[in-house]
Amino acid sequence: MSRTPLDTVEHAAETPDVELPWAELGLKKDEYERVVEILGRRPTGAELAMYSVMWSEHCSYKSSKVHLRQFGEKAPQSDALLVGIGENAGVVDVGQGYAVTFKVESHNHPSYVEPYQGAATGVGGIVRDIIAMGARPVAVVDPLRFGAADHPDTKRVLPGVVAGIGGYGNCLGLPNIGGEVVFDACYQGNPLVNAGAIGVMRHEDIHLAKASGAGNKVILYGARTGGDGIGGASILASETFDDAKPSKRPAVQVGDPFQEKLLIECTLEAFAEKLVVGIQDLGAAGLSCATSELASNGSGGMTVTLDDVPLRDSTLSPEEILMSESQERMCAVVEPSKVDRFLEICEKWDVIATVIGEVTDGDRLEIFWHGGKIVDVDPRTVAHDGPVYERPYARPSWQDALQADDANKLARPGTSEELKSQVLALVSSPNQASKKWITSQYDHFVQGNTVLAQPEDSGMIRIDEETGLGVAIATDGNGRYAKLDPYAGAQLALSEAYRNVATTGAKPLAVSDCLNFGSPEDPAVMWQFAEAIRGLADACQQLGTPVTGGNVSLYNQTGDVAIHPTPVVAVLGVIDDVARRTPVAFQEEGQLLYLLGDTREEFGGSAWSQVVHDHLGGLPPKVDLERERLLAEILISASRDGMIDSAHDLSDGGLIQAVVESALLGEKGARLIVPDGLDAFTFLFSESAGRAVVAVPRSEELRFNDMCGARGLPVTRIGVVDGDSVDVQGEFALSLAELREAHEGTIPALLA
Amino acid sequence: MTARIGVVTFPGSLDDRDTQRAIRLAGAEPVALWHKDKNLHQVDAVVLPGGFSYGDYLRAGAISRFSPVMETVIEQAKSGLPVLGICNGFQILTEAHLLPGAMLGNNHLHFICRDQKLRVENADTSWTGDYTAGQEIHIPLKNMDGRYVADEHTLDELEAEGRVVFRYLDVNPNGSLRDIAGITNAAGNVVGLMPHPEHAVEPLIGSGRTDGLPFFTSILKKLVNA
Repeated sequence: MSRTPLDTVEHAAETPDVELPWAELGLKKDEYERVVEILGRRPTGAELAMYSVMWSEHCSYKSSKVHLRQFGEKAPQSDALLVGIGENAGVVDVGQGYAVTFKVESHNHPSYVEPYQGAATGVGGIVRDIIAMGARPVAVVDPLRFGAADHPDTKRVLPGVVAGIGGYGNCLGLPNIGGEVVFDACYQGNPLVNAGAIGVMRHEDIHLAKASGAGNKVILYGARTGGDGIGGASILASETFDDAKPSKRPAVQVGDPFQEKLLIECTLEAFAEKLVVGIQDLGAAGLSCATSELASNGSGGMTVTLDDVPLRDSTLSPEEILMSESQERMCAVVEPSKVDRFLEICEKWDVIATVIGEVTDGDRLEIFWHGGKIVDVDPRTVAHDGPVYERPYARPSWQDALQADDANKLARPGTSEELKSQVLALVSSPNQASKKWITSQYDHFVQGNTVLAQPEDSGMIRIDEETGLGVAIATDGNGRYAKLDPYAGAQLALSEAYRNVATTGAKPLAVSDCLNFGSPEDPAVMWQFAEAIRGLADACQQLGTPVTGGNVSLYNQTGDVAIHPTPVVAVLGVIDDVARRTPVAFQEEGQLLYLLGDTREEFGGSAWSQVVHDHLGGLPPKVDLERERLLAEILISASRDGMIDSAHDLSDGGLIQAVVESALLGEKGARLIVPDGLDAFTFLFSESAGRAVVAVPRSEELRFNDMCGARGLPVTRIGVVDGDSVDVQGEFALSLAELREAHEGTIPALLA
Repeated sequence: MTARIGVVTFPGSLDDRDTQRAIRLAGAEPVALWHKDKNLHQVDAVVLPGGFSYGDYLRAGAISRFSPVMETVIEQAKSGLPVLGICNGFQILTEAHLLPGAMLGNNHLHFICRDQKLRVENADTSWTGDYTAGQEIHIPLKNMDGRYVADEHTLDELEAEGRVVFRYLDVNPNGSLRDIAGITNAAGNVVGLMPHPEHAVEPLIGSGRTDGLPFFTSILKKLVNA
């Protein structure tokens, strides 16, 4: 019986000609050669495993890095930013000594392969990022995109994703307060499952992912390491799906939310007793990532004894242990004198914890297995010095024709009857219909601090019971706009999220993003990506909201067909007193409805053009960031001073969509008058940006108008909250019952 | 004087802090109890909060029922200690046989979170004295395994003895038999229900109603006047 010798560093040096499966692990030839050059010898199997996962697109951002730099270079001056890009998540000062951390990430590829577990572990991963900053997670949000609503596979993917998000998040005790659900055939083979989370801490509790202090112990705690998710980052998330290859299901991780709940409580208790020097969660690339990042961000080196890692499967090889993406694991760096107490807390919560290594005063990351040294690397070369690609990019040849196919020239409704039937078609279309069937599967009450949750414009959480301090978050994206013009599309996503936060009365502070695109190896996709980042960075600079972190998801394409470029933007805001928040629902009959902003004939990429004409062409609505800023200021002031009782931002679907939603939620109708200078169709369906509709109590009418006038915001009185129908005077009336049936019936009929 | 009301934290309890807040808002003193500790620390009443104790992986409440703290809770409940089980707490109470029947998965197979309309059927228990019989209230409901079942004989007995405390109105959200949302034991000191009164105690938060607060004021009054 022959036995393969352990591939130690020594062995690797002695056997330079051994062929390693670098291609199977997702490395390109020149990348492998670079590894050999760095090490001055061939890598061991374990080193190859580490480089291959850490240099994957998902972990290294090798195609996106050159563009992402703009978020730093163009970052606006902001006193609010406490921790910026590069850590597990950004941290923002929200006042009164509180800091808030938030981030959005993608779990797109796993969720298509295995919807329930893919989506569940997406929630788990983002929540661990939040804990790793030192914060208690307080809410989650889930921007989701699926293929056509009536496609049979959507019925497989969507219910699984929703159940997975619910199954995991509900069991963790995190209220789900926002997000989106969008359907478009372009996401058929590549659904987008983005997950966001918010956490709250005191300023002094911020923790960072670094291992410093020679002699400090490295403790792995949480679940045992198993064979699940091996190569998830490198193989699954960094390649295009291809029918010819075997199933990738084994690369999807399996989640255990109960274990994660224990991990949260146990970690927070350790933080509270100040036992932790540095901390990192284990997500993509598992131990490879945690050890190399902790070591390279700290002052010294690190030794790890892999034999000490608690295993679920004792047959795992050291390479597999390093690559495993088993969920619910974290790695803490703890001073020797505090190790006993740390382990005691873990035991209290029935969490397995093991010292697996030590911080050294050297500069190498050394990993041992069965007494042999199987990894000896400069951790920076693994974690930070991955390849950087200047991928070629070029404006696609079809872009001009797409923009020339003007949606403003599409046939418009000729009669009031036609207008009415198009309104019904719009509000019952899958994208505009109520998502209650989905959101009712998420707990939005737990923790007892939820002030607003979907379908409100932004989710809002109280963070201090005494003062009423709160935070709001909105996530938005519009792949149709971005396809027509990626630069403007990204800015419109930011504009909408910024506006949504302000509509509820909160002041927008900072941004996180999840950038979902096709293959970076396609120059057209790379151009969309470059344009979107340029647009987003420029807009963040102008609005004074820095990007604090985020995530890039590339290779969202099947064969040659990429998804619409889909930058999803999350904006975090703060409100001094949640009692001043503004809801979407109409509150009282007799209140006056005002439209804020300018309405133009803008139908490119609109919901109307999709629903009525199945059309995508022309240009998206014009971006006006100064207008967005002014509108936000007015909405926040009006909310603080009690001048408005409800407000709703106008976005996809236009004014009629917003009014129908406010009416149905408030169970009160509205009488609308088409203002002078606008035709009824444009009034109802235009998607001009920088607009909101507000309900003003009669006693505040004068004051509100004066404020808008003084600051130069166009304001038009368009009607009154009244009755039990939405009545567009001179055109048509639709009863609330009829609207409710249309708006709320669609999704259950398709999916239940 | 006030009363001390214990809230048990099991591994996987989620609404323990919310319940403590509700108790505080009602004017009583919340006391955190730990599942591994048999000692109830002289509390005057106990709430078993919602959540997914032990992940609900075996059967909701099936493992928690054997935790050290439950030994004492079961023993003292039998001699009159007021106990309220909310959601997972209700499931634990049925597993512990302090209340009859059992909870199955929702009949539509989905987790459901909604503001639920209920009718108070019995305002004479330790936990419902501040309601009036027949009163209609809204309390948030959120669960995966909320379908209350029992054999016909037990259901008839519960009805005959007035031990159905709450019934779902308008919509039966999970297929519970006879629209039962909550029940009590014969003595009226142990109450279990699926909806979450601790999520309806502040006008701005959660459902935006305060229909759940009387649970906590009821028990406080009962304890203080005792």
